[in-house]
Amino acid sequence: MIVAERKPIEEILPWLEGARSVLVLGCNECVTVCEAGGKKEVGMLASALRLLFAKEGREVNVGERTLERQCDPEYLDELRDTIDAYDAVVSLACGVGIQFTAERYPSKPVYPGVNTCFMGAALERGVWAERCQGCGQCLLALTGAVCPVARCAKRLLNGPCGGSSAGKCELGPEVDCAWQLIIDRLKALGRMEDYERLIPVKDWSKDRAGGPRKVVREDVRS
Amino acid sequence: MRLGYPESIKIIRVPCTGKVDALHLMRCFERGADGVIVVGCREGDCHYQSGNFRARKRVAEVAGLLERLGIGGERLRMVNLSSSDAPLFVKAAREIHEAVLAAGPNPVGRPRRPPAVPTASETPGKEVIRP
Repeated sequence: MIVAERKPIEEILPWLEGARSVLVLGCNECVTVCEAGGKKEVGMLASALRLLFAKEGREVNVGERTLERQCDPEYLDELRDTIDAYDAVVSLACGVGIQFTAERYPSKPVYPGVNTCFMGAALERGVWAERCQGCGQCLLALTGAVCPVARCAKRLLNGPCGGSSAGKCELGPEVDCAWQLIIDRLKALGRMEDYERLIPVKDWSKDRAGGPRKVVREDVRS
Repeated sequence: MRLGYPESIKIIRVPCTGKVDALHLMRCFERGADGVIVVGCREGDCHYQSGNFRARKRVAEVAGLLERLGIGGERLRMVNLSSSDAPLFVKAAREIHEAVLAAGPNPVGRPRRPPAVPTASETPGKEVIRP
């Protein structure tokens, strides 16, 4: 999932100065799972904003809505009937949803209510960790399904480096050495011969180095 | 024992403090409550194992938020006691009462109804999707 974390309300407030009606807009997908921008977080932010506005004596209507997704136009279109009632939108979707909402409603100011962090997984309740950087050319078949691009600080394709110590990265004791994980995994799979093979130079043009990316599938395109 | 506690306190029964969500606490203040005390079972005595520990974390989270919002984190607290600890309940009730008196009324004002802006679920025709 795309992992995000809630922005402090203090950061959001200045953007809403002068607004008389604000829509807090959540998303039912990734940000719901990582508890940053689902229905409950929408309720919390909206409630906090109402408390603040009431305390300041400001008459501001704060609406709440959570869409199935903010990254698909058909769901964003559900807002068409109600969005005009609001002066501003605080979107708790990931950066994709925030931008897509703004694209769909160009005359409406849309502000981020979360910081979008990475693509990751839940290690346990309340702890999420990065697992993928969307590099556009997946190497996981070669590395025992442990990603050196996302999990090695140096993105080394043939590691480990000299900073690996007792299975940990030189960044700190809390960071696993990705290449140690790869070796452990290949050993467990009985595929250590894969470790002996050098991974060739990666085509980074499929990563961000090639600029903003797009995927087109003509067979499903409308 | 027939012990008295401040009349201003309204008791809301929940099956377990683990049921008390952060949003429930926020709604109390949004609707004008001057203070809230969450009364959970003693730590280690939760019938559902960890309900009161969860509640404690949520109370801390919301109290911190209330403090940052300028409403006052001291208006929200949690106490752990058993159903037979009436004197402790009365003590806690008086303490939150005193804390609220010291903090003054909820700056939000008197109890209010939910906002007038129609939510999506209340808006007729919300299912209509325009091109």
